[in-house]
Amino acid sequence: MSEEIIKAEGLTKVFNKHLTAVDHVNFSVKHGEVFGFLGPNGAGKTTTINMLITILKPTEGKASVLGFDIAKHPDAVRNVIGVVPQEYTADEDLTGLENILLCADLYGIPRNIAKERAMDLLKLVELTDFKDKKVQTYSGGMRRRLELACGLINRPNVLFLDEPTLGLDVQTRTATWEYIRKLKKEFGMTLFMTTHYLEEADSLCDRVAIIDHGKIVVVGTPEDLKHSLGGDIITLSIKEDTDVSDLILSVEHVKEVKNEDGSYRVKAEYGEVTAPFVIEALRRKGYTVTKLSLTEPTLNEVYLEYTGKSMRDTEESQEAFRTQRMTMRRARA
Amino acid sequence: MSKMNEYHPSRFHGIWALTKRELKKWLNEPIILLMAVLQPIIWMGLFGKAMNLGNMFSSSNINLNTPVIPIPGRFLIPPQSGDIYGNIYINSTALSQTFSSIGPTIMRNIFGVTDYFSYMSVGMISFIVLFTTMFSGMSIVWDRRLGFLNKVLSTPVSRAAIIFSKVLNASFRAMFQATIILILAVIFGLQVSATFSPINILLLYAAIFLLCLGLSSVFLALALRSTKWETQMAIVNLINLPLMFASNTFFPISQMPSWIQAIASVNPISYLTDAIRQLTVYQLSASSVMFDFAFLGVFAAVFSFIGIALSWRYLTK
Repeated sequence: MSEEIIKAEGLTKVFNKHLTAVDHVNFSVKHGEVFGFLGPNGAGKTTTINMLITILKPTEGKASVLGFDIAKHPDAVRNVIGVVPQEYTADEDLTGLENILLCADLYGIPRNIAKERAMDLLKLVELTDFKDKKVQTYSGGMRRRLELACGLINRPNVLFLDEPTLGLDVQTRTATWEYIRKLKKEFGMTLFMTTHYLEEADSLCDRVAIIDHGKIVVVGTPEDLKHSLGGDIITLSIKEDTDVSDLILSVEHVKEVKNEDGSYRVKAEYGEVTAPFVIEALRRKGYTVTKLSLTEPTLNEVYLEYTGKSMRDTEESQEAFRTQRMTMRRARA
Repeated sequence: MSKMNEYHPSRFHGIWALTKRELKKWLNEPIILLMAVLQPIIWMGLFGKAMNLGNMFSSSNINLNTPVIPIPGRFLIPPQSGDIYGNIYINSTALSQTFSSIGPTIMRNIFGVTDYFSYMSVGMISFIVLFTTMFSGMSIVWDRRLGFLNKVLSTPVSRAAIIFSKVLNASFRAMFQATIILILAVIFGLQVSATFSPINILLLYAAIFLLCLGLSSVFLALALRSTKWETQMAIVNLINLPLMFASNTFFPISQMPSWIQAIASVNPISYLTDAIRQLTVYQLSASSVMFDFAFLGVFAAVFSFIGIALSWRYLTK
């Protein structure tokens, strides 16, 4: 199935007449796909998601979700989507179950059906034991899972996740990915997510759009994006003193070989498949490989290639964001 | 493909769900409930009892040192008790008795009741309505800041329902507090008039509801675009006391300078206060009550319409 679930054409949002947050982006998301927007804070990810979930009006261009125009039929869109926002939006003074039932009410789901679905969802995100506890007693990971459950109460065709693991520690983040995978498998829906974590995009997304300064710089599967950089790096040494650069270069998929004082730096496509062939070729000529290592390019390199800056450069603003978040949590408490 | 959501929220469903959320939050917080009860007690105690206006006009405040007080003669025909110059002499005990009956008359003419407590404790209901509705604006600012508003906006629930649930919540809270004030006021010595009947209570709630509707729409409209609760706080602090004192809540309008009278006569709080007084402590005048209701009704209709229109326009940026 290659039905286009989300389609954006020239989607643009300008704030206060001069701040262009999203600048003529075009993309489409296919049925059943996990589509990720990857970019630093302020790149326009949340603005894009907010337009798609109909809480922001586009300044220019158009977009549709399941064929419903987001500007012309926002209510139709709202009915078929689920949203897991960046913030913890669950009401802290209510219990987990009460929060899910509140969401159900907002979709007009009758109480008996809502209860049934809520119990199923709580089981799925493993919060059944905590359903009658107030949300203020929940940990960050539990809150995330509750948000996921709330986002699914209307059995959405498309689930929008805005920075689903922002501010979570590494273990909780990995666990949250597991829940997202499980949910996707269970409901077979289409997922649109934003993230600024490279590993997250790499591990969860079928296709990634790298967005910077409101523009999509490149779209593709994580694999394709990495390959587009020209391949992996194989570093190897041999026992003998002879220069074997030409021999290595003759192996299929090898792009480039550099001899750096007896250590060869080989740039090759599909590194893990090519490496054994390189070893084989050398052995056939009587050389002995003493050391070999393989470095696959990560999305960080992809990101660096396309945006001209490392993801690490954006960490400072992440820190600022976390501080702001802490202030907000204190304010809530 | 998973099945599409086959349900659509009815207007009422969404409003009720959101109102329930607010009320639950409120009921879950015993401290807030306790404060809601304590606040009117303190105000009634301090304001209603500390300044005993009724006592001011009594004989004990007239210095009668001499047993006989000469009143210079102005009489063409000297009264029997007067001397040959026309001066009369009044026994101070008699004068004191006269004043005792003048006091309540003055009170009745100015305040409409003989004790200030009955006058102001009923005014406290308007005071509570104003304060409760003012903070309805704050809650939408918080919902926006904490992301809850965005989540609600991404659901098919009507935008008007979001605003209206806040209005309803403020109204319920104000009515609850009004009930407490009424009960307490009766315990502390409120004297209801002869025209009071249980049906008046229903009318009283209707009047309170109308003002809640209008006022919370005003404050919500002010808060719709705001992301800073400080701004909202500043607005509330600036206008709460002027609105309160430029009305008949604590002091009668007839005794105010004309410029305050002008404000008080368009201040909807005056109309609620008058309606409540008519229904409880005054001799009921049907025409006054009808006028109060008409004013409150128009105020509520105009501002809730504006509030809902603005919510459609401004909730989606």
